Amino acid sequence: MILIVDMNYRKDSLGTYEFVLPIASAIKDLEEYTIKHYSELGQTDIDNCARIILSGNALRNSQVLTRVEDFAWINACEKPVLGICAGMQTIGLIFGSSLARSLEIGMVQITTVKENPLFSSSFRAYELHCCSIEPSKKLDVLAKSEKCAQALKHKEKEIYGVLFHPEVRNREILQRFVLLPS
Amino acid sequence: MRFGVLFSGGKDSTLALLKTAEKEEVVCLISIVSKNRESYMFHTPNIGITGLQAKALGLPLIRELTEGAKEEELRDLKHAIKRAHEEFKIGGIVTGAVESVYQAERIQKTCHELGLWCYNPLWKKDQRELLEEIMSNSFKVIISGIFAYPLDESWLGKELNKELVTRLLKLQKEYGISPSGEGGEIETTVLDAPLFKKRIEILNSAVESEGNSGVFQISKARLTEK
Repeated sequence: MILIVDMNYRKDSLGTYEFVLPIASAIKDLEEYTIKHYSELGQTDIDNCARIILSGNALRNSQVLTRVEDFAWINACEKPVLGICAGMQTIGLIFGSSLARSLEIGMVQITTVKENPLFSSSFRAYELHCCSIEPSKKLDVLAKSEKCAQALKHKEKEIYGVLFHPEVRNREILQRFVLLPS
Repeated sequence: MRFGVLFSGGKDSTLALLKTAEKEEVVCLISIVSKNRESYMFHTPNIGITGLQAKALGLPLIRELTEGAKEEELRDLKHAIKRAHEEFKIGGIVTGAVESVYQAERIQKTCHELGLWCYNPLWKKDQRELLEEIMSNSFKVIISGIFAYPLDESWLGKELNKELVTRLLKLQKEYGISPSGEGGEIETTVLDAPLFKKRIEILNSAVESEGNSGVFQISKARLTEK
């Protein structure tokens, strides 16, 4: 079971259609999933899933970044986690990174800088963010754009973040994450 | 939050409007009338009927005319959204974008520059599911434009129903056309939908077509009781 965490400003918002359901659509043929808004997430939800995907949200939605304490569970999480956009920003903050202003909207060239099981070489990806992450020493940078770090991984755990939106272009990245060995 | 919906009068923007109205407050519609038949952003047959559709919906409509030159039309879009912001105090824009990164990117950038939220509630929606949702919500939709082989003028003016959707899905398998017209293969006009207080009755229309390209042009229509 995959747990998709809805990172939008409230449960069942317009953002759920745009940022959560496309993730579900990309993985539905590979594994069962359940969707939960971050404000309602409990330990049982985390215990009952095999891996977790944190969704992105709207460009003006910075609410989750002011409520990082709601994601303290990521610190202790031993399951594979993938954060998308706001999800990656949240993972970055949880592991001691800082936010930096960096606006990217639309298709951007991404270059892989560290070998990883999710993607390789150069590819184009869809971006929708106004903040990037200056990663802490706990995180490796896996990919970059001209402007900023585009993908991160925790040095010791299967915890990943991508700033771009693989549910829009590069859906195979989500599928590879779902198929990662536990 | 108060939203304005970018409204072409076709099935996608009408479904996006319905989804928005279920969760937020829709206070106006915005239509961009492009003179450029080749515009990737805005051209759609029967854009003139959005006035009647807005009356049927009981919503104010902001209409902006554009020559449709590539970047100029974005300036006109921005002007229209700015008017909606000033006149109706909108906090955000909703579009019916499904697949087009080209359109989504430009509208996101425009909203960002104006400090507005932007949502695309049909984004990446499966095309079969989209068509099924339109039918299950009892939309009355006609095909108002065809722009791909093997579509011909026999499709123009036809009402979207289960049989037509089956034919479109068959053409997707055989010819790779997008059944919901995401590649610009078909354009649609909505004559009735759940939020419509009245329905649109076509009084006069004409088919203009050549080969696999054509439009069903509505020249006279009126509102009638549902």
